[in-house]
This record gives sequence, structure tokens and C-alpha cells, in this order.
Amino acid sequence: MTAAIATRGLSKRYRGGQLAVDGLDLEVPAGAVFGFLGPNGSGKTTTIRMLMGLISPTAGEADVFGEPMPRAATRVLPMVGALIEGPAHYPYLTGAQNLARYDAADRSADPRTRAARIGSALERVGLSNAADKKAKAYSLGMKQRLGLAAALLQPRRLLVLDEPTNGLDPQGMREIRSLIKTLAADGTTVFLSSHLLDEIEQVCTHAAVMSRGRLVVQGTVATLGAGLRARLAVTTPDGEAAAAVLKAADAADVQIEGGRVHCDADGLEADAVCAALVGAGVRVFGFGVERPSLEDAFVALTGEGFDVAE
Amino acid sequence: MSQSSVSVMSESAVSESAVAEGGGAVIQASSSRPRVFSFAALHGSLAYNELATMFRRWRNIALLAALAAIPVALGIAIKLTTHNRGSGFIADVSNNGLFLVFTSLTLTLPIFLPLAVGVVAGDAVSGEAGQGTLRYLLVAPVGRNRLLAVKGSALVVFCLVASFTVALSAFVVGLILFPAGDVTLLSGDTISFGAALVKAVLITVLVAASLLGLAAIGLFVSTLTDTAIAAMAVTVGVTILSGILQSIPQLSAIQPWLFTGQWTSFADLLRDPVYTPNIVHNLLIQGFYVAVFGSAAWARLTSRDVLS
Repeated sequence: MTAAIATRGLSKRYRGGQLAVDGLDLEVPAGAVFGFLGPNGSGKTTTIRMLMGLISPTAGEADVFGEPMPRAATRVLPMVGALIEGPAHYPYLTGAQNLARYDAADRSADPRTRAARIGSALERVGLSNAADKKAKAYSLGMKQRLGLAAALLQPRRLLVLDEPTNGLDPQGMREIRSLIKTLAADGTTVFLSSHLLDEIEQVCTHAAVMSRGRLVVQGTVATLGAGLRARLAVTTPDGEAAAAVLKAADAADVQIEGGRVHCDADGLEADAVCAALVGAGVRVFGFGVERPSLEDAFVALTGEGFDVAE
Repeated sequence: MSQSSVSVMSESAVSESAVAEGGGAVIQASSSRPRVFSFAALHGSLAYNELATMFRRWRNIALLAALAAIPVALGIAIKLTTHNRGSGFIADVSNNGLFLVFTSLTLTLPIFLPLAVGVVAGDAVSGEAGQGTLRYLLVAPVGRNRLLAVKGSALVVFCLVASFTVALSAFVVGLILFPAGDVTLLSGDTISFGAALVKAVLITVLVAASLLGLAAIGLFVSTLTDTAIAAMAVTVGVTILSGILQSIPQLSAIQPWLFTGQWTSFADLLRDPVYTPNIVHNLLIQGFYVAVFGSAAWARLTSRDVLS
């Protein structure tokens, strides 16, 4: 089966000499919900713009559904719905008129079904009541929804969503996530760029991490977290005593942080350790094994948290 | 005018769609009610959408309203001035309302019409880039060649609409405030009001055509930047510059090729027989500018990285 997106050595150097994307080999399997992660300035948006044919790569190739971009843009892009770097609208047009304009721009879209498709796209993102309002009167969240509606004007094989829940309230975020899950269940490949790691963890099957223009890692979400060890954590006021018990049980990397003591969970029998702690008179307020989150994996991989890359 | 062009286009759309979509169901739909279907196809096209977007925009309506107000002010001023009427067109207006059309076009062509066209042309691509809608049109996908063609055609329509706004407003005001009747031409002959009206329409079309070179410059400049206001300023500035170069005698070598060079040539239609050399020269200049700057806009838009 052809990959939805495949790049080989994809690179982009801007005119200032800055290398924004450096030798990217990305592979997004068809049908995946693919999380695209990376700090600000790591080259995510530049990659998306190259995939959508908005900018041309300085080296390498990008294929979408096996067709080269940007050459095959007119064949490929009707199958793709995109939300790139936030929504953009004509402020003096209504929501429905905005969608009609984007739909008219797509020559493969049938004008006879346009009104119906606009109606159902607006309904899917919960904007039916604001369809005839001017876009300039929309709130940030409503604009985001309108941008999503534009991506959903036609049945798509691929959705490229750059931070789709940006500006949405928690309720709206949940709606969009469940919308993404519904679309993915119908077989649509979703390429989701986000800063919200728990969002990626909740909806994505695969993920890739970018850092300073390079691809650090890609794979299924499960394998990304697998590189990190689980930690056993004890909440207790008796830090020193607890640490001594853990060390006696051959625990590795024991650390005391305020009211918490934690160590590598590998090779330890959690129930036996807990009994030993209680037996040694350590007051245990909390006890558990913590699985590493994607956020831990992310920080471990990029080593730069959310700071803007230089 | 626009009505007739719509029906012509819809007819060609019928034959095209019938040929293109040879399927049974479509044939049935288009042959039973061809007119309705073809109008729907036109209505759904990007070219129609571009015009609808253009004329839904409050700023463009305001520009046209300002253009329409100029003949009104001019007509009232001439009506109130009972002495010292000056010479040329203005003196003729009080004798025949139709001359208000010629006077208004003469007065608006150097400044107000270029201003309106410069704003709309300079905004054509840069405005879309600035508000971010360019990237969504491109991923729709609109196709860069098609987008430029649609933008260019819409500018031609705007030049016509702007010129006819001035002419129609002047015509109505002229009829209300001044007498109507046979028209004495610049060459001294007298023609009927109807024949003069035909000349007025032709002159308005010529004025619109005179703006095409400027529109092409504006379209090109608007592909260079994401800041619409800068593109507008450059486009209007180029018009002013061209006017200045026009008035420097030492530059007579380049003056025949300035796009403002033969702007006044439309008045030659008011002679009998019509004096055509300058009119033809003007159309050649405009065609030259459209070819050069249209190609430049195409080269720029089709190769540029869209980062907005």
C-alpha cells in the first residue's frame, strides 16, 4: 500500500541561508493518525508547506499518495484537506461565503452540490448557527472551526491539520478530537501537528519528532514511549529512610525530591517494595509506578522543551 | 453591458459542458433546462466568485461611490457658476448635459480612476497573501495560472465598472441639470443625441482600456509583497511618476511609451471623422504593458514560495 506521505532527503534552505528542514525522511502510512511534534522553529510548518506545494524544496523529494509534490499538486490536493498555520478568512464575507470561495477555487468540486456540502461541513464543526455571520465577527475558536470546515468540504483521503485545537475552549478541543477520531475511523489519514502532547497521545497511532530541522525519531506512539523506563514513586515525609529501603532492594537511580522519592521501576516487585517500606516504619502517603508520558519522551529526545530552537 | 456578456458566456458554457460531460444523466439535465443549468455553472465558477467577492467588499463599493460622487459635485458646481465658465468641455456642459460625461471622464482619468484601479489591482494578490487566504486558495487547489487569470479578468471588469460608474453618474446628473439635444463635436459638426450617446459609451470603454496598463502593473507589484498597502502605494506612485515624466521635455524619447502618454486620446472620438492614430497608439501601449507586466506577474507568482 502506498504511503500517504513519503519524503526522501527533503530539505529547505531559505534565502537567508538558514536551513529550516534538513534531509527529512518521513513516512506516514495510509490510514494512520500521525502526530508531528517539535518545538517552535523546528521546521514542522516548513515541512507542511513543502508537502502542500506552497514552497519548493531546495533538495530531496516529497510524495503524497505516491505522486510528486509540488508537480502533481492539481491531482493530489483535491484529496487533501488542510489547516496550515491557523485559519485565514475574508473578514467581509460570511462563514458560508468563505467556504463557497474556497470550494469554487477547487476545480474538481461540483458547484451543484456546493451548498449542501457547505451546510454539512458547517454542521460537522458546529457552526451552522453562525453560517450567515460575517467572519470578522467570529471568535478565535469559531475561526478555527471555520478553517476545519474548509478542510472538510469534500471527502478527503488526507487531512493535514496544523494545531487544529488552537484557540478552542476545552469543550471545543474535545469535539475536534472526537471529530478527528471519527474521520480516522472512516479511513482518512490524518497528519496532525501539535504542541499538545497529551492531544497527540490521545488521538495518534504514529508520531514523529522534529528538532532543529531534523527528524529525531518516528514510529508508533507505543514505541516512542518504550525507550524510557517506568519510574516507581513514593510520596512520603521520610525521604532518607525510604531511599535507604529502595537502595536495599537494589533499586537503580534513587532520587529524593521534596516529599517524593523515585527510582527505576525495572526489576522491582512493587508490592514487595511497598511492604518493605511500611515494615521499615516509612510513612507512605502515595505509592505507584509511573509510565513515561509522550512528553517525557519528547523532552528526552529534543532536550529543549518548548524553547524556540535557534 | 454586463447583462449581455453574461448571456453570451452562459451559452458557450452550455455547449462546453454538454461536450465535456457526455454522461446520460448530465445530458438529460442540461438539455431539458439548458439555460438554468448553464447559469448555475457560471454562477459556480471561480471567476464569478472573484467578482462577487470584489463587489461585496465595502472598500470597493466605497471607491465606486466616491467615483460616482465626482460628476455630481462637478455638475452642481457648473450649474451654480453663471459667469466665467472657462473653455473646453466645461463650457459645453451648460449647453448639453451629455458633455458632463466627457468632462467627468477627463477629470477623473488622471487621478481618481487610477487611484481606484491602483488600490484594487495592488490588493489583488498581496491582499490574499496578507490575510493568509492565498495559501488556502492554493491548497484548494486553485492552480497558480488559473488564479492569476481570474485575478486579471476581474481587474478588467473593475476597470470597466469604475469607468462606467463615472460615465453613468455623469449622464444622469447631466440629464437632470442641463439641457439635452444635438451635440456639436470638436470638429464643428453636429450629430444627434443618440449618435453622441453611442460615442459616450465608446469613450467610456476607451477610458477603461486606458487603465489596463496600470492594472497590469498593479497586479505584478501585488505578487511581489504580502503587504497590500505597499503594493497599492507603489501602483498609485507609478502613475504619478509617469505623469511627472510626461511633463519633462528632455524625456521626449521615452514619453511615447509611458502608459499615461495617450490617456487624453479618447477625446479624438468626438471628431468627425474620428481621428484614430492616437487612440490606436494608446491601445498599443496598454497592450504592451499588459503583456510585459502580465508575464512578469505570471513568472513571479508561479515560482514564488508562499510563506504567508
